[in-house]
Formats: sequence, C-alpha cells, structure tokens
Amino acid sequence: MSRLITRRNFLRSSALAGSGLVLAGCDQFDFLGDKSNPVRHVMEQANVLTYNVQRTLIGDQALAREYSASEIRQGMKPNGSVEPSTPEYMFLKMQNFEPYRLTVKGMVEREVSFSLAELRNMPARSQITRHDCVEGWSCIAKWTGTPLGPILDMAGVKPQARFCVYHCYDNIQRTLTGDILYYESSDLVDAYHPQTILSYGLNDQVLPVSNGAPIRLRIERALGYKQPKYLHTVELVDDLSPFGRGKGGYWPDNGYDWYGGI
Amino acid sequence: MSQATELPVTKGPLIYRQSIWTRVTHWVWAICLFFLLLTGLQIFNAHPALYIGNESGFEYENAILEIGAINSAAGPRGRTILFGNSFDTTGVLGMSGDVARPTFTAFPGAVTIPSYRDLATGRVVHFFFGWVFVGTMLIWFVASFINGHIRRDIVPKPGDLAGIPRDVAEHATLRFKHGRSYGPLQKLSYFTVFFILFPLIVATGLTMSPGMDTAWPWLLDIFGGRQTARTIHFTVMLLLVAFFIIHIIMVFAAGPINELRSMVSGWYRASPGTPKAEGDRP
Repeated sequence: MSRLITRRNFLRSSALAGSGLVLAGCDQFDFLGDKSNPVRHVMEQANVLTYNVQRTLIGDQALAREYSASEIRQGMKPNGSVEPSTPEYMFLKMQNFEPYRLTVKGMVEREVSFSLAELRNMPARSQITRHDCVEGWSCIAKWTGTPLGPILDMAGVKPQARFCVYHCYDNIQRTLTGDILYYESSDLVDAYHPQTILSYGLNDQVLPVSNGAPIRLRIERALGYKQPKYLHTVELVDDLSPFGRGKGGYWPDNGYDWYGGI
Repeated sequence: MSQATELPVTKGPLIYRQSIWTRVTHWVWAICLFFLLLTGLQIFNAHPALYIGNESGFEYENAILEIGAINSAAGPRGRTILFGNSFDTTGVLGMSGDVARPTFTAFPGAVTIPSYRDLATGRVVHFFFGWVFVGTMLIWFVASFINGHIRRDIVPKPGDLAGIPRDVAEHATLRFKHGRSYGPLQKLSYFTVFFILFPLIVATGLTMSPGMDTAWPWLLDIFGGRQTARTIHFTVMLLLVAFFIIHIIMVFAAGPINELRSMVSGWYRASPGTPKAEGDRP
C-alpha cells in the first residue's frame, strides 16, 4: 500500500502552514479604532452586557478584598495627572487647600459643600485595597476618607437622579482650544457603596498631590480611571450626555468602557 | 496524493464524524481566538511586564517577564528580561518595524489589533470576543455532552493510555490511522484544551476584573493573586498558540483536504480496513 504522506509532502505542507502563521500585518482591522464605526458600536455592547451581568452577580454591598498592613510593600504608584497646572488648583495648593470646598449639587434637595477640615472630622473609613490600573498593573495601598453615601444623604438625592458625575481640577489634556478637565461618573450603586470614600489619607499620610490631593474618590470595585483625583464637585444627574463628549468620563470619551469593572 | 501507478488503494468508508455543533463551534472559536490573541497582545503592550503575587512590584522585584527598550552605546535596543535573564530582542520584542523609524512596543504592530497603540479599542474587541468565546464554550459543552462527542472523542479511556506509545510511534513515522474516533494523542490534546486551557484562560481573565474579584473572591485565592492570574492568562495564551501550530501542522500531515472536509461538511474518509457501520457512505 502506498503511503499517502511522504516526508517530502509533509515538509512541503508544513512550510505552507508555517507561512500562513506569519501574519502580514493586521492594519486591516484598524477601522475598529474609529469610534464612529458601526462594527465597533456593536462590539461595545459587550461592555453593557458585562455591566449588567456584574451588577447581577455582585451584591450591591459586597466589599472588594481588603488586605493586611503587611501587604503594603511599596508606595502608591502615581499615574495620569500628577501635577495639575490649572490656576484654581495651583492657588489651592499654595494655600495648603485651606479654601478647598467639596460641593454636592445637581438633582439634590439642597446643595451642600464642605471644607477639608469638615470632611476630616466626619466618620472615617480606612481600607487597604488593591488598585488595578486599566494598563494591567496593581498596587496595594491604605486609603482613609469619609464615605460618600452619608454625604449624598445630607444633600438629599432626588429620586430621578441616576448617576454621580465627579468633576476634577486636573487638566488631563492640554489642547490648542484649552484644557480638558478630568471627570468621571458612576451609578448610584457604586456611589453609595460602603467602600466608596472621599479619601484624604494615603498609607497613613496626608494624600499627596501626585495621588490626587486634597480629595480622591475611591470606587474599589472598578479600575483606576474610575477613581477620580483632585475631586471638587459631585453632581447628581439623570443623563451623562451633556458632559465632555457624552460618554461619562474623560477615558470613556476616549473609547474606554464606562463601567470599568473589568 | 495517492499514486495511480501502484496497486489500487481500497478506500475506507466515508463516515459522518463531526456533528454540526462541533463544526460551528470550531469555526466560531477559530475567529474568536484570532481576535482574542491579537487584541490580548495589544492589551499586554499597555504594561509589558508579568508579575507573581497580588500587585506589581515597582519598588521591589516580583516580575518574571519584562519587555522594553534600552539605550545602548550602539543606540536603542529591544530588551526582554525573562526570569532575570536579559535577552536582546531587537526587531521582534520591545523594538521593531522600520529600522530608520522603529516602533517601541513590546509586541510589534503586525501582531496586534489595532496595529498602532490603542488599549481602549483592544479592550472593546477583546471583551466582545471573550463573551462570544465563553458563549460558544457553553454551547459546545452542553451539545458535546448530549451527543456523546466528549465521551467518544475527548475523554481518554484506559485503553487510550495504553495505546499512547504506539500512537507516538505512528506520529513519528507520519502513519496515521483515520478511525471512527480520535486517537490517544488527539484525545489527550483536545482534553487538555477543552478541560484545562479553555477554562483556565477564562477564569484567569475574570480574576483580572476587580468587579469579579468582589463577586468571587476565591478566584484570587486559587490563582495566587491578580498579577499571578495575569501571568497564567499569558502563559495559557502561549500554550494555545503552541496547540494551534501543532494542530495546523497535523492537519497538513494527516491530509488537509480530508481533515478540512470533515470540519466543513462533517464527512471524513476513514483509513482502509475501517469496519463499516450504519450511516456510512462508500
């Protein structure tokens, strides 16, 4: 009986298979980077699915893992804005944040605002958590601050409010037509989560400028870009489209998913 | 490929080997894994280092792989550090593309989607195909359990284990027996892919989600921390790429037309001498 596969045929076929593996560049899929592309729009729906599934799977009160003090092995890596250069921020920094106020406004019964001293005198929560950057790295640090939920209750969130928009001082991007200021947003589940704190302390020290002084919001069940630094205003809204490019945050406006839980 | 001048070859029966469930899931997976691999490399390029533990060591050392570029006396070079050993990977890892205007990414643009640095798009496409991949996996498991594909072709039986030495010898001499079921090495490979690598790459992917770590904190415990999970995710990717290369070589070695036909129409020409059964075609 003849052998169907001779060594020569085998080698020839293998070479053919091997050459197929050498991809001739993948720029034919670069159209997916175009944010108005309809195929990309369909694919983005997977992020909506992820959000809905995670909201179902994760109990609204379920806590992100907290680590022991021995697991803080390094300083918190600063990323994104580390030295905001807007006049408002530079003035506040010069004044050691004495004139700083955190404001809660929008769909609330009464607009409220607090100085840094008032925030520090409120009931505090400390948590040693793992910060996961969208880039892929993680860093464990201790965050101390006052929970956002009771502050929202002081303002009285109106029933039609669906999101919190977090306005920040930092000019994350400087363009010819002016600065683009960082902002983020979350649903009310994350806003009222017990680990969602207005942090003013990092690793038992005053929160440094490079990590978001005077106030950085922690949303521990999401990636780093959902934890806005240099926060000054929390605005309750029912629609995210009026802000930035309408996607609910600086990075979401640049193509990242809004939920940020994965 | 048969030689007409030799004695007439008795043909084996044409058997219906691959069900519609196997064939459709196979091709959907093929598309998913292509996009998952290329967008995964894009995502990796955003922070081209792998660590062991919960976090990434910036002030201490827990990295096992770092891909980057360095300045040397002879100009910039691509450098990869694996388990503390440094390798010059200029042209492939860390620095690649046009010699006059090189690109400084870990994996070259030729193997990432998009071809330029775009983490946001890489994530959108990765998670889309991640969902399709997992959905297809669920369909495959249910269908293959019901139609007997898992029992017949995937889970090795005691007899298969005993047949391994012979199967190895047959592979080494490129003599393949095309039977009604899979051979011992085939079963072992597919069992590893379906029952170990696929679940592992999905679970380690989920472990990288801070949301899922809250829902299922045991994920962090079984994989030894988020960064270890990321390292395992990457390693399983390498194993799946190795599987893919062997898979393609074996298709060509065992007869590409017959193999491809069975994965398109389901019909497969068995080796001469294979006992006929009901439903076979001549």
